[in-house]
Amino acid sequence: MLTELYVVGQSPLHLAPPALKLGLLFVYCTLLFVIPHPGVLAIGAAVVTFGYALAGLKASHAVMAVRPAFYILVIIFAVQLWLEGPGMAAYIVARFACLLMAASLVTFTTKASEFIDGILAALTYAPAWVPKAKIALAMSLVWRFIPMVRGIFDEVREAQSARGLGRNMTALFVPIIVRTLKSADEISEAIHARSLED
Amino acid sequence: MIQFDRVTVAKEGRTILSEISLDLSEHRIGVIGNNGSGKSTFLRLFNGLERPTTGRVCYKGEDKTDLRQHVGFVFQNPDNQIVFPMVDEDLAFGLKARKLSKPEIKTRIDAVLTELSLTHLRERLTHQLSGGEKQMVALAGVLVTRPDLIVFDEPTTLLDLRNKLRFMSVLDALPHPAVVVSHDLDLLAGFDRILHIEDGHIIADGAPDVVIPAYIARSTC
Repeated sequence: MLTELYVVGQSPLHLAPPALKLGLLFVYCTLLFVIPHPGVLAIGAAVVTFGYALAGLKASHAVMAVRPAFYILVIIFAVQLWLEGPGMAAYIVARFACLLMAASLVTFTTKASEFIDGILAALTYAPAWVPKAKIALAMSLVWRFIPMVRGIFDEVREAQSARGLGRNMTALFVPIIVRTLKSADEISEAIHARSLED
Repeated sequence: MIQFDRVTVAKEGRTILSEISLDLSEHRIGVIGNNGSGKSTFLRLFNGLERPTTGRVCYKGEDKTDLRQHVGFVFQNPDNQIVFPMVDEDLAFGLKARKLSKPEIKTRIDAVLTELSLTHLRERLTHQLSGGEKQMVALAGVLVTRPDLIVFDEPTTLLDLRNKLRFMSVLDALPHPAVVVSHDLDLLAGFDRILHIEDGHIIADGAPDVVIPAYIARSTC
């Protein structure tokens, strides 16, 4: 899950500025796409492997990065196998895997607050009417509350299953929406209580 | 420290609190009452989350508009109070809102985590904490802002016995004056003053050994 991607550490990658990491990620992805050569892919794979080692990450973290896209990669492999043959299919899938691992390397080594500071820095020269602090806060709330909404979903699904309504969409989504909106009100109030603004 | 001067709160034609006048200066003040009696609304007035429809809430004799600068609020459900994914990021939230420098933010977070014996949680993901740990982190998020007074809205309702006892011991050791709304009469038994609110009125105000037995008698008859 998005919120579980940060891995605590003090490696050079953890300490690097988020803007630098995002910039390098952009260059890395661009090079892998614009130079479609197996040698470049091999270098790319070596670079991302070195990055994982440098950050003190394990092979399981790389698996965690690729696993959510596993079925999509299988579909891409099957389509490319049919259209282009096994060599190209393996190349395309390996390139996607490298991109996913590289992107995850950034999130594994960057805290949400650092991303948000980066966003605020990027918005420094935005017009005054752009609500920079609110945009940053909204980003952090998304990060924080995805697991909470998922927890509500699991609780409601279990409760409705116990009542024999596990497949009833109305019984599932009405309580989820009501609870989520109620939580949103309380969260909004807590933010007001903790900050100094109305 | 806090004075209520004929405070009335009304919403959608319904009076929630009626003509409340109080001078609150005790170290520990408990608030009891049935559900829907107006306790939470009363508590929200301390922090400026609720504004009186008529009357004034004064801090040290002044009708302040920046009550949040002085009064911290600990909510019943810490899940709705913690807004950042990691503990240290969340503790920094209120301090960044106050535009403190990074070294000052770090110093304050270090001090509070040490004070509450939470240093091991510093880089933990907030949604992975236990209920008791979340409540402590929520309290830490308030303490770092160094409030003059802390108000608690049913802080032990979601805690098991062990965490409730730990919370009680932490609350006992806090140097800050506190106002606590709770149904947990054990928690309030050692307080200096108890307010009993019913239907928007303070119907009893005094020492715990007087107000709490009367509340129990009223609730069981």
